[in-house]
Parts: sequence; structure tokens; C-alpha cells
Amino acid sequence: MSVVSTGSTNGAVGGRLSPLTGALRQLDYWTTFYLRTWKGSVITSFASPLFYVLAMGVLLGGFVHAPPSQLDGATSYLDFVVPGLIAAQAMQTAVGETTYPVMSGIKWQKSFYAQLATPLETRDLANALLAFTLFRVGSTCGVYFLVMAPFGVFATWWGPTVAWCATMLTGMAFATWTFAFSAHIKSEASFGLIFRLGLIPLFLFSGSFFPISNLGPVGETVARLTPLWHGVNLTRMFCLDTVDRPLALVNTVVLLAVFLTGWYVAIRTLRKRLAQ
Amino acid sequence: MPDLAADSLIRATGLRKSFGELDAVKGIDLDVRRGEAFGFLGPNGAGKSSTMRMIAAVSPVSGGDLRILGMDPAVDGPAIRARLGVCPQEDTLDNELNVFDNLYIYGRYFGIPKREVRERAEELLEFVQLTDKRGAKVEELSGGMKRRLTIARSLINRPDILLLDEPTTGLDPQARHLLWDRLFRLKQQGVTLVITTHYMDEAEQLADRLVVMDRGVIAAQGSPLDLIRAHSTREVAELRFPVGDHDATAEKVADLGERIEVLPDRILVYGEDGEQVLEEVHRRGLRPVATLVRRSTLEDVFLRLTGRTLVD
Repeated sequence: MSVVSTGSTNGAVGGRLSPLTGALRQLDYWTTFYLRTWKGSVITSFASPLFYVLAMGVLLGGFVHAPPSQLDGATSYLDFVVPGLIAAQAMQTAVGETTYPVMSGIKWQKSFYAQLATPLETRDLANALLAFTLFRVGSTCGVYFLVMAPFGVFATWWGPTVAWCATMLTGMAFATWTFAFSAHIKSEASFGLIFRLGLIPLFLFSGSFFPISNLGPVGETVARLTPLWHGVNLTRMFCLDTVDRPLALVNTVVLLAVFLTGWYVAIRTLRKRLAQ
Repeated sequence: MPDLAADSLIRATGLRKSFGELDAVKGIDLDVRRGEAFGFLGPNGAGKSSTMRMIAAVSPVSGGDLRILGMDPAVDGPAIRARLGVCPQEDTLDNELNVFDNLYIYGRYFGIPKREVRERAEELLEFVQLTDKRGAKVEELSGGMKRRLTIARSLINRPDILLLDEPTTGLDPQARHLLWDRLFRLKQQGVTLVITTHYMDEAEQLADRLVVMDRGVIAAQGSPLDLIRAHSTREVAELRFPVGDHDATAEKVADLGERIEVLPDRILVYGEDGEQVLEEVHRRGLRPVATLVRRSTLEDVFLRLTGRTLVD
């Protein structure tokens, strides 16, 4: 067997890769990774959300008898809570994919270092992991929407389709900033901060379970500043067909801005961490 | 444009690397030629790994000039890395993937077509004698097997230069010899090897030419034999006396060789004929607990140049 190079015919294209090529060269990795691990993600991604719908939407919601005017236009609590739960699921899935997997690449398995010994660059590693996160958010929320459709919680067929895109945007807004945080911290103990001070308060107080007007004027203003509220509101408006166009535009612009700045910061932070 | 005509694959002039206040590499000159096995010998913290990471085009150069395959790593990083094989000090294998997939996936990062990378992966498994572990999880492999898999992975792109950072650290003797055998075969096939090690036997076994590094600078360079000839004697007599007697005894044997070294556990007497040194020691009425006559090694060169042993 010969392993020695015969000059330029080593199969690699020289020079800097385009962002698309850089990400595509990792497609086989993420496909293999997903095929080996998808079973483990089924419970957290698909079963848990349905338990929430059953417990909160159907069983707890059975005690809630509020007029549509108090439920952002929803005719039942189930209709109200489902879009909120899906948007919150987008956040949780995105955070899950950008915490431990990033820490693993840097600290535990150090797979990022192995990848950087190839023509790939930091940017490519971040993009591929974020693309995989988008796939995970899209598939998880997509299944959620499909399962909920027969329950009659959606006003139109096209509304949930747009709402699905809104959940992906919501997820990516969280994914990029969480990625940046994970690439910055030295110890996984810091993830406790994200989960306890970030995810749980956002999950409970960003309008997923009740209209934020119930929080009082100050609480409502604070809630409107959170990215999750923008995601929940956008998703809900399209699901219930109660779209306020200027507000939808604001929600979209805010989420896009959070996503894009986070993307920039994530790549920068990872580059700083890995280049020694 | 890459300067392919030049026979010099790695050329460094005044190469420096700093981490804040710490100067890890303090201006070294290197010239690694095609087909040779080049070694960096030195203790931990000598600057070997920092140099390797700059050569691997993953760590920015702090000063001086570095050309790899005729290219500048600051500009042509991806193009350089496409033609390098890197076997890092720590195993960075992917535990989520099996043995074969570790090779296959890595090959895909280089953009090698699927069919070709499959063929190469099978060939390389054969080469590192891991074919029967093809479907095994990485976690099931022994330390030596993981190292061999890492070496196979570093060869998937058929590199012009293979960089090996402390390739056998932490391996048992049998695993080391198996690995040396594989590296020797690569050398015979014409792969340019660059190896860092703090084991002098490894450097002697594998390197055609080496530099001795200490505290960020090159203390000496040449072939192992040249270095031994230039900086040591043909033989060494090692004398072990009861604990605490070494300093007092050293004076009594100081004139027996060209020079002596007093270590915490033994005295080394450097001379052309070690047996003759031992005879004289006994004639003077000295009774060492243990003695050994051996040829000079790179360890002695290092001791001479730096006043310290390689493995502290």
C-alpha cells in the first residue's frame, strides 16, 4: 500500500473553501451522527412536548374559561397554549444542541481541533453545527405542528406553515448566542446559568402559558424585550390567524437581528478560543 | 504560487511564538527536506508543541518567517493543511463514530470523493492493523490502537508531510515498537516525517536529523550520530553508590573520564572505554552498588547541552 502523496493529486482542493463547501464537507459527519443518535432524542424532542400539551393544554386548560379577548384572540386555552409551547420547544431544542455539543468539541472530545487540522476553518465548524441545530429545531417543531393539526388548534393551513418558519427563526436566535456562550466558558458548570437564569424564566414568563398583559405594566415591558416573547407572539399570530402586520414585522426584525449578531459573535468567540 | 521545485518543505527563520508574557519559541531556524524524518527532541515545555502547531498552520506565528510547502500559513492555511497529516499529542478521535467512520468522515473533510475515501480507509486500516476492529467503537480500543487509528486518520489525505506530536507518550513498550515499525514503513515509502518527542530512544530510532530544543531555543542540531560524536564520548560508565555518597565520591573519579555528570541517583563518567573506567574505579578501592557500561545516547547529549535530564 502506498500512502505517500504524488504531488498535487491528493484529492483536496487547495485554498480557502467557500462557506457552503466548508459546511457541506461536514454533511456526512452530521448525517452519521444523527443516524446513530436520533433514537435518544425522540423522547426529549417529540414525547415531552406532547406531555406538555396534554397536561397544560388539555387537562389544566379544561379549567380555563376565558373569552378570546383575554387569550390574544384564541377561542380556547388549548389553541392559545400550543403555539407558545412550540416556540418554547424551538428555544429548548436550539439551546440543547449548542451547549454540550460545543463544549465536547472544545474540551471533552476535542473534535474541533481535529477538524481544524484539515482545510476546514472555525467558521465552517460553527456553520455546520448551527445548520444541524436548524435541522433539529425544524424537524422537532415540524412534527409538533403536524401532530397538533388534527386537534383543530390552527385557524388556517398556511398559518402554521409560516409559524413553523417563525419557530426556526426563534430557535436560531437562541442557538447562535448559546453557541457563543458555550465557546466562551471554561467549565460546563456555567451551563447551569443558562438553564436556571435563562431558559426557565423565559419559558415561564414570555407569554407561552398566559398573555403577558397579566404580568402588570413593568412585567409586560420586560417580557416584550425577551427574544422568546417575539418568537411566541409571531408563532401565535400566524397559528390563530390574528396577524398584526406591523407587530409581525417588528417580531421578525428583532429575531433576525438577534440571530445575525449571535452568529457573528459565535464564530468570533470560537475562533478566539481555538486559535492559540 | 507554491514553490514546488524547492526541496525544502518546511523553512523557518527566526520563528517565534509568544503567549502573552511567555515566549514559548524564541527565534528558531529550521529546514526540513523532502523525504527525511526530522525530530524535535526536548523536555516538556521546550517549545516543541508550539512549533508543531505553527507548522500545522493552526497557530498564528508571533514573529519571524515560516514557509510550509513554499506557502505562508497566515495566508494559505487551508491549502497547507490540505497537504499535511497531523497526529496530535492527545487523541482527538470521535467517540460517537466507529473506527471506520472516524477515517471516512475525516477524509470527507478534505473533500475526497466518497468512493475513494472508502478505499483509502480500508487500506489504512490494513496498514495500521485494525481491520478486525473496523466496526468497533473508539472507546473499546486500547491506547496503542487509538494512536494507530489517529495515525491512519492523519494519512487519509495522502499528506506530503506527516506531523507527529509525542506519538508514543503513554504507550507500553510493545505498542511503541509496533508504532515505530509503522512509522518506519512510512519513512521508507518517502513520507516526510516531523516528530516531537522527549524520548531519546524514539528520536534515535526514527529521526534522520533532529534539533535539540530547550527553553524555546535550538541547543544543537544534526543527525543523532553526529550529535553524539560532537557532544559526548563513545561510552559512558554509570556508577551507583549508596544514597548520599555521590558528591564525595565524584571527586575521586573526576579524572577517570573526559568529564563526569553527578545525577541524584548515579554518577556518569564519560570516556572512550567504559570497562577501563570501571577497572580503575575498583583499583582505587571504590565499591559502587551497581555499575553499567553503555554507549552514549542523545540523553547524554542533552545533559551536556542543558545540564538537565530529558524526563524530569
